[in-house]
Amino acid sequence: MNLKMKSVAVLFSLMLMACGGKEEKKKEGFSVERAKTTTEKPQEAAADTGTPASERVELENKGVGPITSVELGAEIDQALADKGKEVYDQMCVACHRPDKKFIGPAPKGILERRSPEWVMNMILNPEVMIKEDPLAKDLLQEFNGAPMANQGLTEEQARSVLEYFRTL
Amino acid sequence: MKTYSYLTMTFIVLATVITGCKDQGENSNGALTSNAAERVYVEPGKFDEFYAFLSGGFSGQLAVYGIPSGRLLKVVPVFSQDPEKAYGYNEETKPMLNTTHGFIPWDDTHHPDMSQTKGVLDGRWVFMNGNNTPRIARVDLTTFETAEIIEIPNSAGNHSSSFVTENTEYVIAGTRFAVPIPQKDMPIKDYKGNFKASLSFLSVDQESGEMDLSFQIRLPGFAYDLVHPGRDKSHGWVFITTYNTEEAHTLLEVNASQNDKDFIAAVNWKKAEEYIKQGKFKTEKAEYAHNIYDEDTHMATSTIKNEVRVLDASELPGLVYFLPTPKSPHGCDVDPTGEYIVGNGKLSADLTVHSFTKMLDAIENKKFDGEAYNIPILNFEDVLGGTVKQPGLGPLHTEFDGKGNAYTTFFISSEVVKWKLGTWEILDRKPTYYSPGHLSIPGGNSRKPWGKYLLAMNKITKDRYLPTGPEVSQSAQLYDITGEKMELLSDFPTIGEPHYASMVPAELIQSKSKKIYRLDENKHPYATTSDANVKVEREGNEVHVYMTMIRSHLNPDNIEGVKVGDKVYFHLTNLEQDYDVPHGFAVIGAENSELLVMPGETETTVWYPKKVGVWPFYCTDFCSALHQEMSGYIRVSPADSNTELTWSLGD
Repeated sequence: MNLKMKSVAVLFSLMLMACGGKEEKKKEGFSVERAKTTTEKPQEAAADTGTPASERVELENKGVGPITSVELGAEIDQALADKGKEVYDQMCVACHRPDKKFIGPAPKGILERRSPEWVMNMILNPEVMIKEDPLAKDLLQEFNGAPMANQGLTEEQARSVLEYFRTL
Repeated sequence: MKTYSYLTMTFIVLATVITGCKDQGENSNGALTSNAAERVYVEPGKFDEFYAFLSGGFSGQLAVYGIPSGRLLKVVPVFSQDPEKAYGYNEETKPMLNTTHGFIPWDDTHHPDMSQTKGVLDGRWVFMNGNNTPRIARVDLTTFETAEIIEIPNSAGNHSSSFVTENTEYVIAGTRFAVPIPQKDMPIKDYKGNFKASLSFLSVDQESGEMDLSFQIRLPGFAYDLVHPGRDKSHGWVFITTYNTEEAHTLLEVNASQNDKDFIAAVNWKKAEEYIKQGKFKTEKAEYAHNIYDEDTHMATSTIKNEVRVLDASELPGLVYFLPTPKSPHGCDVDPTGEYIVGNGKLSADLTVHSFTKMLDAIENKKFDGEAYNIPILNFEDVLGGTVKQPGLGPLHTEFDGKGNAYTTFFISSEVVKWKLGTWEILDRKPTYYSPGHLSIPGGNSRKPWGKYLLAMNKITKDRYLPTGPEVSQSAQLYDITGEKMELLSDFPTIGEPHYASMVPAELIQSKSKKIYRLDENKHPYATTSDANVKVEREGNEVHVYMTMIRSHLNPDNIEGVKVGDKVYFHLTNLEQDYDVPHGFAVIGAENSELLVMPGETETTVWYPKKVGVWPFYCTDFCSALHQEMSGYIRVSPADSNTELTWSLGD
């Protein structure tokens, strides 16, 4: 099917080139694919208000997994955050850049939109989260179907990563 | 393995057998007569009860099956390069196949034998011999990977190997082809008296499993066929079948079949240890390679060693005795009590069983019948424990069920025969399809057999499966041996030619099986355990790419500045820490194989870019829904270009 689609695309672009003349040739690639995002967006947003899952604010949602309650100190525990950065740099950064959308969402400002429990459950229990948590399901859609990998962190490690997120 | 030359005799005999066995063949329809299907059916998602490790024969590998289902679980490359796993192709494992003959990417594997504790199989390691370029390997059963290979010097045809003593004190390796020791340029016809054989004792570190060639015993130049260390009361001894005691150097099928009896050599290895302690050894020059895979650095190293301690059996009394045994015996098998030593005389009409107690008595009272090269030959009648009369044709190998019964394969008459130790009566016989070599019962070569199943390994399968051209597979046949009569349950084709198998209850291994390599324990010098350290470096015409892999991208995925004539090392680290998420790597025109990198592991492949252009690389192991997207490009510029070395992902 992939191949079919590709050959259709090639054909299509050939047709475009054939009809378009010189001006078209200067364009890099072609723009038909753009249509995909606009047609798909309303579909997935139908579940909610149209806000992308990554921008939705769900502070009450604790997610699905071992973490039911997290105490955040009034002050950031810097030692814990440093430890968290170490873990993050080894286990997470391949897909999550601290402050920009990459394979997955950026953790910067995450606690303005998610509960600490939800964040830790997403780290510790991603396989179940993307099946059972509606928000995680929508995020999977938004991020091209790339499922969050379980990196086998311990609860302590996940907690330290959460503390690191507070520093971003 | 010996071929049977007496063509006429064989034909007559076969004709008799075929007629004789006709009724029996019709009665035992094997699987059709019972609920055999239910007993080998393992529900999807359920586990098998036993692991079976079958040697891959001329494939050089070790195949792991689940029993009773016969499902193939894994093929472990040992002495052969394996493009699936990059074993012997990637930079990390190439040293595993190093020998004093150079890089030898193939061998002929024969006898996997498992480590033991107090005479019981313990699921730590499987040892296996390479027959052709003499080597012994150790496969680690937490990773199911080859952890160590040691070359055996002063040996040729490493067939009578790699058998394990009761507490894994030693792995023992014999010599099938006697050779000049040390090797030298001399006429072949001067074999007799001048060619010698070695029996090697490899000690095993009980923590790491690491082997060390502790010492060798120099033996007369016979062909040493199979080995069985003593069990229980005979612990401390090792027994070895011999053929070609004629010391023929040509047309062995005739000339090595002249003597009415060959020998089983009984070697007192506790005595050998005493002699070593007393300094009665000679240190001889002998080069051999010792290759070890380090699980922390994910790399193998090969070291050439230079000498070996040798004890000469012709000079040291009490070390070796010969037990006359009819005729060209193959398997040499000791029962779980250690009392009986079965010689499977291929060309003999009867099975000969020696008694360990009688042997000790004969030694003590010097009941000798001459000597060979100064080694006492014990009087046959004085060591004979019993004879199984006319059990079949071409006995090869015997194992035990721990309930007083023995089971022997018969190559020519194509059957397994069950008989009773002590009374020597035949209790049952069942046909195999066809011509079995060895058989295996879980723990059936140790003090403690789990006497539930028997696996016969057949050499010939001609009409058993859908034909696949002139080459057809070998097979394994599973019998239930819990009842009075054996029942054929199933058969399945095998990889290569399985010469022997070691089987153990799954619970001894499954809980210890490793799932991932931990990134924070990765000590590979070229590992990239964080994306922050991804880079490409040039040193002259060598380019090192430090690349990471995680679902579903390779980092970097755009590389420029590589030139024709460079030697490019791709060092791939799989950043996953989840079970069963390996990633593969391949680049167009690579002269080796893919890489298959386990979670947390680092592997390296070398690529020689030969053509200017932009060339793709990609993940070869279907890892995720976006596996097809897991790819990248490397730009190759002309040798004299100034293209800057750059790398990126997502920019």
